[in-house]
Amino acid sequence: MTSPARRAVAIAAGLTVLALVPVAAALVNQPFYVDLFRRILIFAIAAVSLDVILGYGGMVSFGHAAYLGVGAYAVGVLTHHGVHNGYVQWSFAIVVSALVALAIGAVSVRTSGVYFIMITLAFTQMLYYLGLSIEEYGGDDGMRLAARSQFPGVIDLGNSTAFYYLVLAILVAFLYVGHRLVEARFGMLVRAARSNESRARAVGFSPYPYRLVAFVIAGAMCGVAGALLVNHTEYLTPEFMHWTRSGEIMFMVILGGMGTLVGPVLGAVVLLLLEDVLSAWTAHWQIVLGPVLVIAVLFARRGLVGLLDGGARRIGGSASDRGGEPNGGGARRFGGTPPDA
Amino acid sequence: MILLVLEQTLNGLQLGVMLFLMAAGLTLVFGIMNLVNLAHGSLYMVGAYLATTFVLWTGSYVLGVGLALIGTLLVGVAVEVIALRTLYERDHLDQVLATFGLILFFNELIAVLWGRAALYTRLPGWLSGHVQVLPGVRYPLYRALIIAVGLLVAALLWALVTRTRLGMLIRAGASNRTMVAALGVNVRLLFTVVFGIGAALAGLAGLMAGPIYAVQPGMGEQILIQVFVVIVIGGIGSIRGALVGAIVVGMVDTLGRAFLKPMLATVLSPSAADTAGPAIASMSIYLLMAAVLAVRPQGLFPTEARP
Amino acid sequence: MRRINSVIALASLLALAAGPALAADPVKIGFITSLSGPAGIIGEHMKNSVELALDHLGRKVGGLDVEVIYGDDQRKPDVGKQLADEMLKKHRVHFVSGIIWSNVMLAVAPTVTQAGTFMIGTNAGPHELAGKMCHELFFTTSWQNDETPEAMGKYMQDQKLTDVYAMAPNYAAGKDMIAGFKRSFKGKIVDEVYTKLGQQDYQAEISQIRAKNPKVVFVFYPGDMGIQFLKQYAQSGLREQIPLYSVYTVDEISLPVVKEAALGNWETRYWSPDLKNDANQRYVADYRKKFGKTPSFYGAQSYDGILLIDSAVRAVKGDLSNKKGMIAAMRKADYKSTRGPYTYNVNHFPIQNFYLLRAVKGAGGEEEMQIQKTVFENHKDAYYTECGMKW
Repeated sequence: MTSPARRAVAIAAGLTVLALVPVAAALVNQPFYVDLFRRILIFAIAAVSLDVILGYGGMVSFGHAAYLGVGAYAVGVLTHHGVHNGYVQWSFAIVVSALVALAIGAVSVRTSGVYFIMITLAFTQMLYYLGLSIEEYGGDDGMRLAARSQFPGVIDLGNSTAFYYLVLAILVAFLYVGHRLVEARFGMLVRAARSNESRARAVGFSPYPYRLVAFVIAGAMCGVAGALLVNHTEYLTPEFMHWTRSGEIMFMVILGGMGTLVGPVLGAVVLLLLEDVLSAWTAHWQIVLGPVLVIAVLFARRGLVGLLDGGARRIGGSASDRGGEPNGGGARRFGGTPPDA
Repeated sequence: MILLVLEQTLNGLQLGVMLFLMAAGLTLVFGIMNLVNLAHGSLYMVGAYLATTFVLWTGSYVLGVGLALIGTLLVGVAVEVIALRTLYERDHLDQVLATFGLILFFNELIAVLWGRAALYTRLPGWLSGHVQVLPGVRYPLYRALIIAVGLLVAALLWALVTRTRLGMLIRAGASNRTMVAALGVNVRLLFTVVFGIGAALAGLAGLMAGPIYAVQPGMGEQILIQVFVVIVIGGIGSIRGALVGAIVVGMVDTLGRAFLKPMLATVLSPSAADTAGPAIASMSIYLLMAAVLAVRPQGLFPTEARP
Repeated sequence: MRRINSVIALASLLALAAGPALAADPVKIGFITSLSGPAGIIGEHMKNSVELALDHLGRKVGGLDVEVIYGDDQRKPDVGKQLADEMLKKHRVHFVSGIIWSNVMLAVAPTVTQAGTFMIGTNAGPHELAGKMCHELFFTTSWQNDETPEAMGKYMQDQKLTDVYAMAPNYAAGKDMIAGFKRSFKGKIVDEVYTKLGQQDYQAEISQIRAKNPKVVFVFYPGDMGIQFLKQYAQSGLREQIPLYSVYTVDEISLPVVKEAALGNWETRYWSPDLKNDANQRYVADYRKKFGKTPSFYGAQSYDGILLIDSAVRAVKGDLSNKKGMIAAMRKADYKSTRGPYTYNVNHFPIQNFYLLRAVKGAGGEEEMQIQKTVFENHKDAYYTECGMKW
């Protein structure tokens, strides 16, 4: 395990590089790169929000993309009906995402393992089909955003660079919030529940309400990502909520390193850049990406963060690596490596 | 009207049986080896492609599908030995992701070998007729055959698991893998055999689907989600659960598509029914799954998966 | 210790800094279509046709060198928009073309036109772009989505067919198709059924059809949905009793897959491989020679798109900054289109004929589409009055 100081320096360096992207793009006169990295960072926010429940809580939600859609539609619907104020729109997006997460979580968080995956997937699909059928908001044609969210006097989202820095700022803020969350008592309880549920229960607390709260917070955070995404693309469709998109976000988390919060950022950057580069080469890019992902899962046990930390020595990782399973006969848990101390 | 309901019931049964063939293999592998295999859909696709190709080459339907079945079995075993063995000790998330990567790989491989266009398939003449299942209900012979084959396979699987030594080993391995190994059974070989059976089942589903569905890259994913819904409803690891779950899902989906809109039209306005009917019908199996899990979080026939 | 993200970022920035300077000003065309996944076969047809058009033009557009940048939208509107942004800002294309899907088009076209660049659509024809959102920089070489089913409706109306059972997938295009059909068909519709997008098994719906006993079935099932429906409908034995009419279901892509299962089916379209004019016969013959397949309408539209661009660049003598000149030139549709001569409506959608087609056994023993008669002559779409452009 690298020292926290070294870690902090690395993170600061990475964030500085991201902050300098618009500068570099201006230098080579390619403003497109600001747009590209903005999209990457928006997905990074979504990935970080998933890491909160996946990496720390062990909840493998295949339905996380639903909140991208919900946040996007919240903004889109309000714009459609003439409400352009950004504060109103984004607050609405957060509230609605939290409520949807509460509803879905209330049912799902009781289950675990593959059942949890399936039920979150099912809810996502339901929302997707719902979006498809509502013609008022375009159905599968989707909806154009007539105007970006307005923050009069504070920021103009039409300014590509300003928008970029806003996204970066929100990412940093969420990283901080996430970090405080998992280190706080609340976070500890969630992590304890993931690591050994029966022991946690023996100590006297029921993991269910804590998991639910974590689930709702993650959903709300992803809702913000959705509001940002729809402002970025100026267009939304039910595709935002498709389960394959959840899979993509999950890959970013895994690739980057679960349970590290910064890992997902790295994962988003690498995965989306790879997609961009590969699809320019060949239409068959999935034949390359597929094995890359398999290898990443099999051999880069803790993701890119793990590789950077030098933790790649731990190739594989058997059941004994996980915090023991004294409750014999329980279904195989989901989870990655224990988060960094 | 009654005849229509009967016919739709048969349709639901047929869809259910197809789902069962896929679900049985998947749940068997999950129950015995604790392996979540998303690439199961790819084996289904391989079965369809091999069947179409072999039938074309040999000119004989029976020979073609026979070869395809063997071929899929071999592909399945190869995949198990090469790629999946390392996953047994991993947690489910790793397995989901690794096998998802396999899906991407297989889809593109098929596209590279056979092209992206769907393959031309047709039913041989002697399978293209109709049978009079009940007076007034003419049902396609091929689909009736699918139902028959599926139920036969279910019976054979039951016999295998409960009456043969292999079945006993499977059940023992599901109960306690370490103990079985300690007793001198070659667990590795057992796993390969079980996976091979699962692959053959998927291949069977694929080769039967070939003539009626589109044979193209990615055809496995469309059915895979439904199969997962089936095994979750039925209870992971339980073949009985797979059968019950499959038939229930097949029925709910089919009957929902057929009758939901007319039923809604009796209480809602026609245009509302027009919108709500198809929307709810497409969500029906997910609603069913949510309902089942709310009441029985481990599915209808929970088994106990062991380390 | 490698810093993966910064290495990649730096590498990509360097790579484009080393890009070629815009010295001799080649014409740059960005072509967006679906190249991967199940829909990739359509993208393949379009890309091949673009290449063939360039071959026929001697690899020059309007006398200038040309560079085509292909983008794979993966059927997703946000990916399509990202591609458009990349083509506009990074590659600085002069034209963006292509696009199969209406929802991708609705995300991309306004982005392109608002950036002051031409959008030459070669398939999707959503009604918004034909009506309120029409734009002087947007042209299409295809049609407005509703026109094709309108033609089918008119034919069936003229034939006094009645008791129609209509089916389509439950999404925007599906609903548009049935709406377009009903615009010209005033007879009795027994039922209107919307099935799940991507559904594979239609046995339940076929049983319903058998129970309702209509005289005619009309469907819209593109791509693999069509392949499955056609096979299953033929296998059910209903086809002999209840003839099947469709739009965008039986085409040069699905026909080689279903073969005899679609024999005798009816479609309406603006074009067919057997349309007799010089440009089309050359296109079809050369496509067959080069790619070994019969081209589809997706391809014919894309081929025309390149020729349209060529005619415009030629008219302004290579001065790509003269956008007004190119607009005026395109409005004349002064090029040898595979559909024969046509004109443009105020909304930059073609005014063209629509034909009734039937799947028959061609001279070579293979199934193909053949024109039976003309249904619409010089047809205009139903939305042009909502467009504010006048010229």
